[in-house]
Formats: sequence, C-alpha cells, structure tokens
Amino acid sequence: MTETAIADHADEHHPSSFASKYIWSQDHKVIAIQYSLTAIFVGLVALVLSALMRLQLGFPDHFSFISPESYLQFVTMHGMIMVVYLLTALLLGGFGNYLIPLMIGARDMVFPLLNMLSFWTYLLSVLVLLASFFVPGGPTGAGWTLYPPQAILPGTPGHDWGILLMLISLGIFIVAFTMGGLNYVCTILQARTKGMTLMRMPLTIWGIFVATIMGLLAFPALLVSAIMMFMDKVVGTSFFMPAILSMGEVLDHTGGSPILFQHLFWFFGHPEVYIVALPAFGIVSDILATHARKNIFGYRMMVWAIVVIGLLSFVVWAHHMYVSGMNPYFGFFFATTTLIIAVPTALKVYNWILTLWRGNIQLTLPMLFAIGFIFTFIHGGLSGLFLGNVVIDLPLSDTYFVVGHFHMVMGLSPILVLYAAIYHWFPKVTGRMLHTGLGKVHFWATLIGAYSVFLPMHYLGMLGLPRRYFGMAGTEYIPESAHLLNANITVAAILVAVVQLVFIANVIVSLRRGEKAPANPWGATTLEWQTPDNPPTHGNWGPALPVVHRWAYDFSVPGAKDDFIPQNVPNSAVEVTDAKAFAEAGQ
Amino acid sequence: MSLIGKLMEKPWLAQPEGMDPALLVAPNTGWPARTALRFFLGTVTVIFFLFIMTLLGRSQMGDFHALAGEPWLPFDRPVQLWWNSAILLLSSIAMHAGLWLARQNRLQASLLAVMLAVVLVLGFMLAQGYVWQQLAVAGFGLTTNPASSYFYLLTAVHLVHLLGGVVALSGLLRRYWQQHSQARIVAGLTLCTTYWHYLFGIWLVLFALLTSSAGTIDSLAALCGF
Repeated sequence: MTETAIADHADEHHPSSFASKYIWSQDHKVIAIQYSLTAIFVGLVALVLSALMRLQLGFPDHFSFISPESYLQFVTMHGMIMVVYLLTALLLGGFGNYLIPLMIGARDMVFPLLNMLSFWTYLLSVLVLLASFFVPGGPTGAGWTLYPPQAILPGTPGHDWGILLMLISLGIFIVAFTMGGLNYVCTILQARTKGMTLMRMPLTIWGIFVATIMGLLAFPALLVSAIMMFMDKVVGTSFFMPAILSMGEVLDHTGGSPILFQHLFWFFGHPEVYIVALPAFGIVSDILATHARKNIFGYRMMVWAIVVIGLLSFVVWAHHMYVSGMNPYFGFFFATTTLIIAVPTALKVYNWILTLWRGNIQLTLPMLFAIGFIFTFIHGGLSGLFLGNVVIDLPLSDTYFVVGHFHMVMGLSPILVLYAAIYHWFPKVTGRMLHTGLGKVHFWATLIGAYSVFLPMHYLGMLGLPRRYFGMAGTEYIPESAHLLNANITVAAILVAVVQLVFIANVIVSLRRGEKAPANPWGATTLEWQTPDNPPTHGNWGPALPVVHRWAYDFSVPGAKDDFIPQNVPNSAVEVTDAKAFAEAGQ
Repeated sequence: MSLIGKLMEKPWLAQPEGMDPALLVAPNTGWPARTALRFFLGTVTVIFFLFIMTLLGRSQMGDFHALAGEPWLPFDRPVQLWWNSAILLLSSIAMHAGLWLARQNRLQASLLAVMLAVVLVLGFMLAQGYVWQQLAVAGFGLTTNPASSYFYLLTAVHLVHLLGGVVALSGLLRRYWQQHSQARIVAGLTLCTTYWHYLFGIWLVLFALLTSSAGTIDSLAALCGF
C-alpha cells in the first residue's frame, strides 16, 4: 500500500492570501523563518536574563532590583530557554525546516499541515513559559533542572504558578517537537529526489536526521517527569516527593524518590546535548568543506560517528549525577561510557581539522565562525573529560568549572555554529549578503568576549567558587582576586551581549540595503544553492525536481574548470580543462 | 540494500556516465504516514517504558504496597479488569474486521465495523472509569499509596492515547462519509488498526504489571537493577 509523498506536488497548499502566505503558511521556508524569529526573540530574553545575573555576580549589592529570588529565577529561565526554546527550536525547527526539503531536493515537508501546527504549538509553549513572568510569585527559580523536592516547595521562587507553567510549557513544547520531528524524519526518509542516496546526503541533513530521532526518543523522558511532578504538585502524589518537613510543617508526601526524577531528567538531558550538537556538527562540516574548497575528510566516518554518538548518548546520562547519592558502581559504568563517546566526537574534530589541512581556506564570515567553533568545542570537550571522571567531578561539580565547561560546549559552540549558518545561508533566505565588516566586528568581539567570560570560570571553579549562589559574602576561602575576576567577567559578558546588537543591526540593514546575493555566492555544491529562483519560491524547484549525480563534496576536483561541482551536475556537463586529470580523479 | 550496506557506500566514487539506473528511481516510493506512525509508536513506547521503569524503581521504597497478591487487595481477582480487557479486544477485532471488509471493497460493512470499534473503545473508557470509582470506594485513592497512584496515572495516560486514536479515526470516518476512494480508506484504516492493536498490547502489559503481586514486582525490579 503506497501513497504518493506530498513533497512532489508543486501546487499543494499553494498560498493564495497574505494570511496563508505569511501567517498560516504551510511552506517549510516560511515556517522555518517563523520558528527562527520566535526562537531568536526568546533567546534574546534569555540573554538579558544572563546579563542581569552577571550584574549581580560582578557587582554584588549594587542593584537593588535583583533579589536572591529573582536571581534564581533568572538562572532557571535563562538555562531552560537557551537549551530547549532557543537551541533546539532554532537548529531543528528553524534550520531543519528550511534546509531539509531544499538539501534533499523535495518541494516541501511530507506533512505540511502538521508542520504548520508544530510551529503554532511551539509558539504556544513559548507564550505559556513567558506568561510565568507575570503570574503571582513569578517564574520558577528551581534551576533549569527543576529538581524536586525543592522545585515545588515553599522557599523556592515560583513554587506555585511558576513551576506549573514551566511544566505545562514543556509538555506543549514536546508535542510541538514530536509533530515537527515526525515530519523531518519522514521527509528525509521518503522525499529525497532521484539520485539522493542516504550516503549522498550532506552532513547537515545527517546531523538533523539523527538528532531528530534522538529527540523523538529522549523528549518522552522529560514529558514523563513533567507529568509526574505535576501530579506531585497538584494532586499530592508522592512519585518524587519524599516524606518531608517544609517550613516547620510535616507534608503528606511519603517515600518518593527525587533521584528517580534526576534519572528521568538526565535520560532526556544528555541526549539533549547531542540533539543540539549533532545538527551543529553537520552544519559546521558543510561550511568548513565549502569555505576550504575541499571535500570533507572522512565522510563515511563522519556519518558513522553521528550515528554512534546518537546511540551512545543514551547511556551516559548519569555522569550528571555523580554527586546525587546514586549507587557508586553506576559512576564507574557511566564514566566509562562517557569516555567512549569522546572517541567518535574526537574523530569528528580531527576530521574537521584535516578538512582544513592544505585546503584553500577562504576566511569568509561563515568560515570564521566555524573555525571559532572548533576552538570552543575542543576546549569544552577537554574540560568535559575532567568532569566525566567521578573523582574529579566530585570536587568540581558544584563550582564554576561546570558553568565554564557547559557554556563552552553547549552554549558558545552551538551559538557560533548558528551564526556561521546564518551568515552562510542568509543570502539564500533573503537574496541579500550580510555586511562583511560588521560581521567581522561581530565575530571577533563575540569570540574574544565569550572566551573572556567562560575561560576564567574554569579557574574560579578550581578555586572552589560555588555556582548557583546569589552572593559570596562571608566565604573567606575565596580570594579577593576572584571577586575582581568576577567583575571582569561581567564587563566582558555585557560587552558580548551588546555586540549582538551589531549583528541584529546588520541583519536589519542588509535585509533592505544589503548587496544583492548571487545565486551561489560561496560556490557551494549542495542542492539548496541550485534552485531556479533566489530566494527559492513556493515549491522550490520550478517544474522539475533536480536529479542528483554525485555526493555533496566535489570541491577542487583535478581537471575541472571550476573548483566545485554541484550535486545536480552530471559528469558530461562538467567543464573540463584537463580531461586526463579529471578522469584520473575518478570522474 | 540493507541499512548497513547503505552506510558502507563510498559516495566519493563517481558513478559511471549515465549513472546507476537504480539511483534514478526516487526513494519516495514508501508511505510517509506509515513511517510517521512507526516513529510515533516508538515515541509512545518510550513513554510507557519510562513510566513502567519509574514504577519499578518506586516500588522498592518502603511505602509501596502492590494492589494484588493478598485476598483483601483490590486486584487480587481483577474480574472487572478482565471484562474491560475483553471489551478492548473486541474493539481491536472490530477494527481488524473493518480493515478486512474495506479491502474487500465492502465499505458500508467496513464502516459499521469501525463504528462498532469506536463504541467499544468508548465503552472501555467508561468501564475504566468505573474501575477508578470502585477503587476509590475501596479506599485506594489517587494519593493513598504509590501503587494506586500509578494505577490511576498509567490507565489515564493509556486512555489519553486511546482518545487520540478516536480523534484520528474521526478523520477517517469523514473519508467514508465523503466517499473517498477505497484505496484512501484502506490506507487510513490500516494505520488506525495498527494503532488500535498497539494500544491493546500496551494495555495488556499495563494490566499484567498493575495487577502483579509484590513478589512479582520485586522480581521485575531486581531484574531491572533496582
């Protein structure tokens, strides 16, 4: 029994009015932009929250409007928004939506209506989350991990309405992700154009594909924990809540297990790291190859590494819980799996560097951000090796070392890739180039500024500076120099935050007055650059779908006139300057 | 070609001129909705799997008292739950019959069978509600003990999934009403029937687990490392 995939129907859901074109659109490109704008907006909210946190940490007692309660709320909302509502949504909902059909040669997602519903459901989840700023008690201040029992007990900010709205919002987000995720997976599996075998797919698509499958299997853990905590809070069950004395009062809860929640949370939480990282890995691979004018080193190994990382990411979760009081033998197992997952990850890093090796490196804006990513990712990965070992993690776990580590690997690295991707695909999306000078200011200020923020945090952590604290007053073992360093970090963080305005200004100005982009400004080989219209119109491909004749990395092929051969160009159509060299190159 | 075989391809080697004819066939010969259903069932399976794992973990705390295994416990002889299971089984059978009839192009009879399946599944929901009521009357409320909390929670989550199935099926019923082609009806019905059978299977697992004695639950928990 078969049904024709909708991806090949040019006239399906063709927009006929302003509303159907820009609001209730079923076009994957419009939905991608809707996802991206929403994610960037909510990400800016989280950026402001982080600046407020840094003001308190760098200059304590100077800002009366930041109370201990609001500080915890900033920490919580910053973390959850950045990880789930910005990174996951932008990489998969934004770039996934835009790139999947274009890169595999389809006209749209296979379920366009479901795709549209996915965005509106995501928007609802964002609104519910932001609504928690306006309810009595404000948003939850339980930390982004929402650990019970404190998350739902008096004493924690937002323990009434805030936590409930957070749990409801997460539930709605997971519904949105599931709708979108089913679309991405099915489109990749079933709407590829002729000649686009799995192993001819660009690594961007491989990263999005595996990350989406991981999301479909990992987000249920967050949903399950959210439902059970919701019941503990609202109905009074004791799934996670132990027998407990709160504010001098014995509560009705009995025997629940907070550690059970932690297992569930991190069963989601660690794959979530790779749900964000794998699309970033894929994107950075494609950008490095394109801007180094060289085929990606070890394509097959890169694909296998993505798959293996995806599998292994489900058996490392408890390395986040070494200090939780779980069975110590677990620590040995999870430390081992954590070290094993470093192998395919390191392999990818080597391959990126070997791709650059003797390449014709073009220091374009996307390339700068991609190279910046390699630095921050290696840095964050190496500090992760420290934290993956139980004996080193125990003293460092509750310190700024961890904050430095995960911001390097999970914050700065994917953000740099997102910027690389935006600079790379902006000409395709808008038909305009971004301003190079402003982009370079943005890159260098962001990279140096962010390094000035997160590198010293490792040192602060080794000094024993505890994370999550509103103030350090009275902690005599912390030297004065640490306070000075904290002030420096805050200044750097504010500068980095302000510099993002340069990027926003660049986008706004370039949209109207940017240099007109050629159809393929980077000389890329992948299909999205081969559309008949730039930006692509509804249906993407005009009357006929493209046919793929080669993989996505035919750069600098000996004997060929151009230093790239697009995927849809057959050998017979390649302009050759040296036929013998071209033939010897296996073409 | 197997998945391993596909992953072993060397895409950097150029195709001979004219290209391998196999590659000129678009891969979209599958059935996206069926693929989507398979992945969705994978997601739902993880949801129930994780709920069950938390139950087994939670069962090892001192305040967990199984709902079966002793004569005075409510599910020592879960007669009503057997009846409920029979209703859900009949619903599944009716769906399958509806699919079989649709394949024979007997669409009116198929519609009757599908509507019978819907009625039976709604009956199952009511019957589950009756069990909840009886359980509460017997003194096993939502917060009485973690085992009863899990009973209400897991059966509720199962009912929500059934309700989702009914909503999806209502779209299919529209196809009957609007006299869509037999192929479209069969396609939709195949997916709904798969979902129906799947949820019946999930119910059997939940039924077995939630009516297990303390000893059985302890053994399962030990098997899972709790």
